[in-house]
Parts: sequence; structure tokens; C-alpha cells
Amino acid sequence: MAQPTVLIPDDEATDTVRHARWQDYFQLMKPRVMSLVVFTALTGMLAARTPIHPLLGAVAVLCIAIGAGASGALNMWYDADIDAKMRRTRGRPVPMGLVKGEEAATLGVVLSLLSVMLMGMAINWLAAGLLAFTIVFYAVVYTMWLKRWTAQNIVIGGLAGALPPVIGWAAATGHAPLNAWLMVLIIFLWTPPHFWALSLYISTDYAKAGVPMLPVVKGARETRKQILLYTLVLIPVCLAPVFTGLGGWLYLAVSGLGGLVFLTLALRVFRSTAGDAADPRPADRDLYEVGEAEAKRGKPGQRVVVGDAKHARNLFAFSILYLFALFAALLAEAVLGLKALELLS
Amino acid sequence: MTRKPVDPATKARSGRNIALGLGLVAFVILVFVVTLVKLGGNVGPHF
Repeated sequence: MAQPTVLIPDDEATDTVRHARWQDYFQLMKPRVMSLVVFTALTGMLAARTPIHPLLGAVAVLCIAIGAGASGALNMWYDADIDAKMRRTRGRPVPMGLVKGEEAATLGVVLSLLSVMLMGMAINWLAAGLLAFTIVFYAVVYTMWLKRWTAQNIVIGGLAGALPPVIGWAAATGHAPLNAWLMVLIIFLWTPPHFWALSLYISTDYAKAGVPMLPVVKGARETRKQILLYTLVLIPVCLAPVFTGLGGWLYLAVSGLGGLVFLTLALRVFRSTAGDAADPRPADRDLYEVGEAEAKRGKPGQRVVVGDAKHARNLFAFSILYLFALFAALLAEAVLGLKALELLS
Repeated sequence: MTRKPVDPATKARSGRNIALGLGLVAFVILVFVVTLVKLGGNVGPHF
């Protein structure tokens, strides 16, 4: 393996040489995204309520995690130019010069092949096929095409992040019924309001990098409207599992209450001016001073959001909690053996 | 007896190689165990 090095600017010693460590290669795999993927895939696997050998279940989850990491590495290779221009991503290993782009690409390809082949041979080829489709969709369709081409990038591309539950379900049962796809639909519809809420308060970063996110192309007002519209579709879809024999009373409570909060926050964003004001931070600084108190609380690299942008940030933060709570409820019901509701029958 | 200071580049490379080696060993063990589980009861009666 090559030994890429980088000069890290430092307050005390400006010539500190930093050598790539194994942790830098691990960072290429986007561990935080990977953890969410593993969680939703595990929920899909257990929600199927079909016994699977614990070791094979663990291998399936491992394959999904490795596949997610592989697509993350391919994304970091291809998007290194964009990542270098954005505050949120410029500390990643490739734009930092810690890992060469070719190495990231190689890691991504090798891990993709390994995860799909292992999934096919150890579990079943339906799960392997779905995993392969997810990797290709994220790395090629989203990263290389949609992301730089259309403001609908995260809407269509969101399918890649939505598929893990059906992969998990297919791993456990060998088939992919409608309830598995309902979990996919929930994540698919959740993605736009989640990412657009984020993009409302970092849209200048996307504009600088030339990424056509919705606030950059259509403006903040249209983005706030789209967030509300997607939320109005998302909430009933999140309630659907209690009609189809997937979710029980616990899920109904979480989905109902969480949905109300989600809708309230989306309405607040819609009525706000979030995203209208330009990011006032100087280009060379990670922290802009918005007042003594906030400046004291802030740390380099941490975002400080003021005014109506707070509504967007609140929605972004709650959206993560909401999705986690929905899947945690399904997971808990499956683990505890709680009966699912079938309100349609 | 004095120890030679370890070159940071060598140390970093060593860490990467150990991680790669452990990963490979873990993969081989995993494939072996999965094979045993997949074969399951079909193997036992023949011995």
C-alpha cells in the first residue's frame, strides 16, 4: 500500500507531516452512514419474523455494512473535487491528501465485490442482487450522474439509502414482499425533507461546489414548500404499517406522535425565512461570530445557526430522531414478539 | 540498550498492514465458519 502523506497546518508547527493511518481508510467508508444502514437493514431482517441462523444473520448485516462502506469509498473518490470546496466535507481523507483517490476507488471496488459475493454465497442471491443494485445506484447513478445534474438528486438518489431494509428482509426470507418495500418507501419519502432541511442552512456550500441542490437552483422559498409537501405525504405513509400487518401499537404511538411533531416543525420551516439569508461566514473561517454567547459556545468546524435557519436545523435534527424511532419501534416489536396490527383486514 | 526511534511513516504503514492482515484472517475464518453452518447437519452423518 502506498504511503500518502499530507502537511497539516497547525498553529504551533506548520510543517507537521501526517501519515495515512488505517483509521483514514475506515473513514472512507462513512461509518456514521454505515451505522444507520446497518440499523435499518437489521430492522428489516427482524421485522420479517422468520428465524435465521444468528451467524448467517450477522454475516448478512456485515455484508450490508461493507457494501455501504464500499459505496461510501467510491463516493469519496469521485466527489473529492466537490468535497474539497465544502466546509462540511473538506476534512475527508481524499481532499485532505491523506488517501489517494485511486486507493479510495480500489477499496470501494474490492469491498463491493467482496460484500456481494459473500452475501450471495452465504445468504442468498436475491439479497446479493439487491445489495449490488444499491451499491451501483449510489456510486454510479447518484454520485456520478444525479448529484451534479439535477435538483432532484437526493429525491431519486435517496432510493439507495432506502433499500437496506428490503435487503435485510430478503436475507432472512429469500423474498421481498410489500411490507419490506413499505419500509423502503418510508425512508425514500423521509430523505427529501431531511436533506433539504440541511441544505437550507448550508446552501452556500453547495453553491460554491456547484452542486445543484434545490435551494441553490429553485431558491429557499420553493425548498420550504417542497419540504412541507413531502412531509404531508410522508406522515400517512409512516402510519401505513399498522394497516398492513407490519407495525403494532407501539409503532402506531411513535409514528402518530412523531408525525405530529414532524409536521409542526415542517410548518414552522414553511412559514419561516430559513435559507433566505446568505451565510455570513467569511470564506476562510469555519465559525462566524453571531454574538458573544454563540461565539463562545462554538468550536472550529462547528456550525452556528441563527435566526430562522434554526427552524431548518430543528427539522433536520428531529428527522433523524423520527426515522430512528420508527425503526426502533418496529425492531422492538419484532424482538419482543408483539403482535402487529392489521387494521385493513 | 537504547531503542531506535520509530519512523512515523513506518509506524503508520505498519498499522495499516496489521489492519489489512487481521481483516484477511477474519475473512478466511468467516468463510470457513459460514461453510460449516451452511453444510450443517449434512456433514455429520457421513463421519
